[in-house]
Amino acid sequence: MANTNTSVGTKIKRPLSPHLQIYKPLINMVMSILHRITGAALYLGTVLLAWWLVAAASGPAEFRIASEFFGSTFGYLILFGYSWALIHHMLGGIRHFIWDTGRGLDIKTVDLLSWGTIVFSVALTLLVWFSVLVFG
Amino acid sequence: MNMRTPLKKVYHLGSAKEGASHFWLQRVSAVANLFLVIYLMGLIISLAGADYITVREALSYPLTALLLLLLILSGVIHMRLGMQTIIEDYIESEGTKIVALMLNTFFSVFIGAASVWAVLKLSFGA
Ligand code: HEM
Repeated sequence: MANTNTSVGTKIKRPLSPHLQIYKPLINMVMSILHRITGAALYLGTVLLAWWLVAAASGPAEFRIASEFFGSTFGYLILFGYSWALIHHMLGGIRHFIWDTGRGLDIKTVDLLSWGTIVFSVALTLLVWFSVLVFG
Repeated sequence: MNMRTPLKKVYHLGSAKEGASHFWLQRVSAVANLFLVIYLMGLIISLAGADYITVREALSYPLTALLLLLLILSGVIHMRLGMQTIIEDYIESEGTKIVALMLNTFFSVFIGAASVWAVLKLSFGA
């Protein structure tokens, strides 16, 4: 409740609209913020991609340092997270493309697309790492 | 007397001062990213654990290098626009916002330049 002074000086309590914290999180809200969080994480992670390219271009010694980092447990953890963020953001982007055409904006489809994004992002990430094991 | 039309007066007065071009470039770069990122994931999967010589050869193969350059271009455009939106949403003070937007541009250009340099050196360098 916000306190406001009326012109005669008496305080009246005005209702405020409810804040984000008191809503039960809905799947579409969660996917929306995850699209932003993964976008920001991918942004920072471009440093690693650029490092890998620069290391490969610089020479065997530089490349070994990068390879050792990416091959370490910590490196794998980062790469796993990055691959999931990339795939999740990509699927979220496709969802945005569908919405941009004006389709899929009813609650049922929004929920379906939101659940689809999270389920498929996890499934595809596991598939990618399975491929690394098989073909890598 | 003011000869300007009402449309002319509001033109470029949106929060980003650039009409719909931000939105459109964001979408074009997103579609380009979609294809190029799928390609990149395939490339990285095929190179996982490979030795230096193999990686160098793969990255300097003409079509690979070309696609990498395109990905760097669309990726940098897209990430800069995306971070611009985030900055505009959360930073209220005008001064801080301008500094943050500038740093965003510097970071994106730096990442792009370093990556392009690397791909070109892999392709043409000794
Ligand atoms: C893989 C293909 C990708 C697709 C299909 C894609 C798609 C999109 C779309 C459609 C948006 C706009 C969302 C909106 O209007 O609210 C967006 C935002 C964004 N993207 Fe991407 N993107 C991709 C890759 C990337 C990459 C590689 C990066 C970073 C290096 C990135 C960083 C961002 C950021 C920072 C935003 C802003 C997030 C926000 O405003 O909440 N994206 N992406």
